[in-house]
Amino acid sequence: MKTAVPKVDNALPASGFKYLLSQLTLTPILCLLVLTGVLIVVLFAPLLAPHPEAAILTDESFSLPDDTMLLGSDFLGRDVLSRLLFGARVTLSVAFAIAIVAFILGCSLGFFAAVKRGWVDSVLSRSVDALISFPAIMVALIVISSLGSSITVLIVTIALIDATRVYRVARALGMDIVVQDYIEAARVRGEKMGWIIWHEMLPNALAPLAAEFGIRFTYAILFISALSFLGLGVQAPQADLGVMVKENMQGLLYETYTPLYPAVCIAIVTLSVNLLVDWFLKTTDAALPDEL
Amino acid sequence: MTERDANETVLQVNGLCVSAQNRKRQLTPIVTDINFSIAAGKVTALIGESGSGKTTISLACLGFARAGCVINAGEVKLGSVDVLTLSNAQRRAIRGKDIAYIAQSAAAAFNSALTLNRQVTETAVINGILTQTQANEKAISLYRELDLPEPETIGDRYPHQVSGGQLQRLMAALAMMCDPRLLILDEPTTALDVTTQIEVLLSFKKLIRNKNTSAIYVSHDLAVVAQIADEVLVLKEGREVEFGSIDNIISNPQHEYTKELINAAHVMPEQLPESRSPLVDGDGLDALPLLIVKTVTAGYGRSHKYLALHDVSLEAYASRTIGVIGESGSGKTTLGRVISGLMQVKTGSVALSGQPLDDAINLRDREQLRSIQFAFQMADVALNPRHRIAKILGRPLAFYFDLPQQAIDKRVAELLDLVELPAEYAQRLPRELSGGEKQRVNLARALAAEPKLIICDEITSALDTVVAKSILALLRDLQNRLGVSYLFISHDISTIIKMADTIAVMRKGRVVEYGTTPEVMTPPHHEYTQLLLNSVPAMRTDWLDNLQDNTFSNQ
Repeated sequence: MKTAVPKVDNALPASGFKYLLSQLTLTPILCLLVLTGVLIVVLFAPLLAPHPEAAILTDESFSLPDDTMLLGSDFLGRDVLSRLLFGARVTLSVAFAIAIVAFILGCSLGFFAAVKRGWVDSVLSRSVDALISFPAIMVALIVISSLGSSITVLIVTIALIDATRVYRVARALGMDIVVQDYIEAARVRGEKMGWIIWHEMLPNALAPLAAEFGIRFTYAILFISALSFLGLGVQAPQADLGVMVKENMQGLLYETYTPLYPAVCIAIVTLSVNLLVDWFLKTTDAALPDEL
Repeated sequence: MTERDANETVLQVNGLCVSAQNRKRQLTPIVTDINFSIAAGKVTALIGESGSGKTTISLACLGFARAGCVINAGEVKLGSVDVLTLSNAQRRAIRGKDIAYIAQSAAAAFNSALTLNRQVTETAVINGILTQTQANEKAISLYRELDLPEPETIGDRYPHQVSGGQLQRLMAALAMMCDPRLLILDEPTTALDVTTQIEVLLSFKKLIRNKNTSAIYVSHDLAVVAQIADEVLVLKEGREVEFGSIDNIISNPQHEYTKELINAAHVMPEQLPESRSPLVDGDGLDALPLLIVKTVTAGYGRSHKYLALHDVSLEAYASRTIGVIGESGSGKTTLGRVISGLMQVKTGSVALSGQPLDDAINLRDREQLRSIQFAFQMADVALNPRHRIAKILGRPLAFYFDLPQQAIDKRVAELLDLVELPAEYAQRLPRELSGGEKQRVNLARALAAEPKLIICDEITSALDTVVAKSILALLRDLQNRLGVSYLFISHDISTIIKMADTIAVMRKGRVVEYGTTPEVMTPPHHEYTQLLLNSVPAMRTDWLDNLQDNTFSNQ
């Protein structure tokens, strides 16, 4: 027997979005503010930056902040603030592209495997297992050093690696959903597989997938930054948060904060996304009735 | 165990109120002002539809409220102790020892990784009442008392190695380990087959009598309750409707709702429904069957390794109902799946209106797909929780008829009207509907395709008797108006008899008896049909006691 579900309006939200808004607390609001700021930077970096990305403004390395250069200069005498804005733009948009590609690839293959089962599932899952069994950074190093580093190669390589993780999640979610009677009902109706995946399965996997997207996005930021730090990611003179940490590392010897600015940027963005995802998962979980 | 005074009150519940609490700490009452008492050795039944608060009350007697619920008023006196005023540690000490609980689904309540004995004896041993050796001996004697097979060794098995009915009885053994004064049975037989239900009921009754235990028996089926209870508390929407001795309630119900419950109970109809004449076609000849299932053998696993259907043949006629009855594992659902194309046959054929149907769904054409619709057992999971009713009902219309959106909206409203739901429901999500309403939407979806045949797979089994009755009435009404035929699958022979024109009795994948309802119902019966018929309780308190059939006593 089920207990009576009390008819409390906010317990059963008519619209998921309204419900989410009603559950906003300080942490998610802060995270949202940070991410909005980041979005503005990504979109309008050339307008916001006081100086061009690669212009050498002074011959003094690691100069202290002054009126023209609010965060001082870097090891070549370029404006750190401008490079930070341009760098964030590159890093974040590339990370976003990676997460999107990884998701489209991982989700479609994962759901496909869940629906098809049998040998299709076996072949796909074992190939993914094989890919996962290599350390991600090693695969990336091998591919990028043999193909040469460009934004496209970076996106495709990291997206492929990330897609294997997304595939695992999507397949597990799909396996749970595909045995439900409403999928069976769609099959009896004669629906094509594409419709079943898109209309019947996806809406029921959306909340955990959205959370997974956030996590993948942060990993992508860290991954490109790591590659750039190793010199295989975004190439100079283009700025990138990882590149900036690497370039200005020696600044630590001169007791400047220069290499810390991009590092802190990375930390703040990843943290915001992570906290937001945690909050989102927690709220959507609580909103689901038990019998789902 | 000390001998107890017959008149001693074991449990006294006064003014019990339980409410649901949301995050803003607002209370919504679930159960209001419940009063009853149970004397030693007596059984009180809580009866009502789902959502009436029967489980909530029985849990409150343990001093427990589910997450999100609070007990906000009243007292629950076990002997002289008010359970509600005790600390958690004190409550924990009584649970299992003085009060024991038997859950509805034993299969879900047992840990599948531990042996049965370990779980049965656990409470007594960790509470220090018995040593492990004593507990084991006690368990064996309880197994014997509950008529379990091989009482000495059954405890060494794991939960998956015994049947559902046995598991339910093992749960009773678990509850009886410490000789509790009060036993709470929460729908213990609802999930069981009819024949198993009787066996379990017999064991429970014997056990309660032998141990002179008091019990609360929660159920929605008055006919079952009549066999075991002394007093009945009828509940509706968390309030007491009627309280009295079982004889009084059955013979002289005062309240309308009680009468409704009696009417809706799963008992044999007093007379068979009027048999309808076979249809004739335009030329005055007997109409050809709509659906012919011919010597179908099918199974699961690679190349049908595990057969679920052996050589099954049957015919369904237009605007008539064929009932398929059998216990779980009899292959009745598999038959439905084969006809709908969800499963492929090994040998045999299925033909609709004289045309052979391909056994794979993707090889059937749209017209064939449209002609056969499937109504699933659990409306809860058969409706996509993320789709609004408008989309659930609209999709078959778009899929089969290519209607424009406007026409779809209009038709959705008509369909809702057909299943007696208000048109505003189109904008709701499935979780905003009650169980019976969901089942109506489920039916409406099948009807949307304007099919010739609807396969109804146990569509009333998960519903309360009163709601089930209204769904059956709706089905009959729709058949008269739309001329649709049903393949009605059920494990409840009383339901089948009320619905079907022809009946196929299935057992272990074979049809053991097949014919029109009067033919099947006229003796001599096949021995299995007889067993099924004997398993339907009558609305009499002495039915179970008089049941002399040896089939049940020695299993």
